[in-house]
Amino acid sequence: MSVKKYDAGVKEYRDMYWTPDYVPLDTDLLACFKVTGQPGVPREEVAAAVAAESSTGTWSTVWSELLTDLEYYKGRAYRIEDVPGDNESFYAFVAYPIDLFEEGSIVNVLTSLVGNVFGFKALRHLRLEDLRFPIAYIKTCGGPPAGIQLERDRLNKYGRPMLGATIKPKLGLSAKNYGRAVYECLRGGLDMTKDDENVNSQPFMRWRDRFEFVGEAIQKAQQETGERKGHYLNVTAATPEEMYKRAEFAKEVGSPIMMHDFLTGGFTANTGLANWCRENGMLLHIHRAMHAVIDRHPKHGIHFRVLAKCLRLSGGDHLHTGTVVGKLEGDRQSTLGFVDQLRESFVPEDRSRGVFFDQDWGSMPGVFAVASGGIHVWHMPALVTIFGDDSMLQFGGGTQGHPWGNAAGAAANRVALEASVKARNEGREIEKEARDILTEAAQHSPELAIAMETWKEIKFEFDTVDKLDA
Amino acid sequence: MSLQATMGDYQTKKTLETFGFLPPLSQQEIYDQIAYIIAQGWTPAIEHVHPSGQMDDYWTMWKLPFFGEQDLGNVAAELEACHRSYPDHHVRLTGYDNYTQSQGSCFVVFHGRG
Repeated sequence: MSVKKYDAGVKEYRDMYWTPDYVPLDTDLLACFKVTGQPGVPREEVAAAVAAESSTGTWSTVWSELLTDLEYYKGRAYRIEDVPGDNESFYAFVAYPIDLFEEGSIVNVLTSLVGNVFGFKALRHLRLEDLRFPIAYIKTCGGPPAGIQLERDRLNKYGRPMLGATIKPKLGLSAKNYGRAVYECLRGGLDMTKDDENVNSQPFMRWRDRFEFVGEAIQKAQQETGERKGHYLNVTAATPEEMYKRAEFAKEVGSPIMMHDFLTGGFTANTGLANWCRENGMLLHIHRAMHAVIDRHPKHGIHFRVLAKCLRLSGGDHLHTGTVVGKLEGDRQSTLGFVDQLRESFVPEDRSRGVFFDQDWGSMPGVFAVASGGIHVWHMPALVTIFGDDSMLQFGGGTQGHPWGNAAGAAANRVALEASVKARNEGREIEKEARDILTEAAQHSPELAIAMETWKEIKFEFDTVDKLDA
Repeated sequence: MSLQATMGDYQTKKTLETFGFLPPLSQQEIYDQIAYIIAQGWTPAIEHVHPSGQMDDYWTMWKLPFFGEQDLGNVAAELEACHRSYPDHHVRLTGYDNYTQSQGSCFVVFHGRG
């Protein structure tokens, strides 16, 4: 029964969208925004405006609202919290009913939640800190094409992180020379190698030629080492049609895995490719070019933990997470917070890791965390400790910069990795004992001894820009 | 001296996945890894295969996995027994993780002569 009357004009958002007594439903999608309003606007009004503009609201009342039940469809700002150590911002918690979103569409979720509202004039800054997807919504998403467990079984890699490298130089090699670099890395002991994200199909190396030579490199390395190998063939392309054409050929040349850039390629392309990979028995490695544009500013944009959750739902078997210890930005606790979101079936709220909600992933397969960028053998014990076994450790310069070449560099990393894992299993504190463990291992590996000498002075010690609020 | 003269030649090795790049494990080191598997709550299991089949998904099981086993010595003794029965075969130790439905650990203990 309708009792409302049409009342044209502009109302305060908080009259309808600030609902501090609301108890979120298990089926609601919950969001935590870090909000920095314009001076003088009350927090409740700003929070309500965010809820309104990211759901059903618009700036003026319209008569057709009365044809539906907006009380059912509206987003609700239900809680406000101080941001520790920050007087100008606050956290706003918003609950959205599940029916606001198309099933299985991360595109639709993001278009609503981080759409127009981010340009809203009453805000100076807005950052989506975390999202709680209800399990009912998660069940509508395809997720990783294979997941951690199936990838391990397909590749026969157990009880340790996998080892990889991005082929360098990242631009300019011919297809045959590029395949050579791949072969040398794989024969030396890497499990997989990777196309650089910039490598698509440039004039110096067209995609089809690269795929053919790399395919031969993989097969030859497998035969000679007796181990399973792969190379992430980058199928990111200008159009979905072209992307699928490349995906077909990646399968044909015998690589178990391909790769996609999920932010520059977009979630529509990514979800489609993930589905294709699932149907074709291919693994999917995900790169994250453009993420720092979106996630690095502490007050504006989207935190990477949200992008990581979205990727797990859209689909990918590996996702880059930063290294904590290497050349790229990344706070340790915060990184561990979103690494959990990729791999675990349940992640409890933990503010010390920037996790604002309990997140139940149900049976959604897990995603390998990829640590890549500026890491070398000396980092190995720390990386094994930070990332654990369900990770992909990628040493580009740290493999191919070895004085004896790629194969020796690969072997050095493999020895360091296995020595670290073995020592961890023996109960040793491998981060503290890093020097002893590596020095012992180098006694039977001249390749490792040379690598340790080459990179002994390299450190990347800058403070992180985006720190957890504390 | 030329740069090349200072360089080693890296020869491709036939390796057996995890721990394939480490020297053969000593008796104590094998015990430590069995202890790790049991401490994780995983189930030790033994498999073997002729080296010509090393890339196969399935190696032949040696008896059944050690469900509920807490004694390292029993696992080590069966590893030895498997190796004596199949001296030409690779023998590996697996730690089955029933939570992840995966293998938390898997490495070759004895290299077959075949």
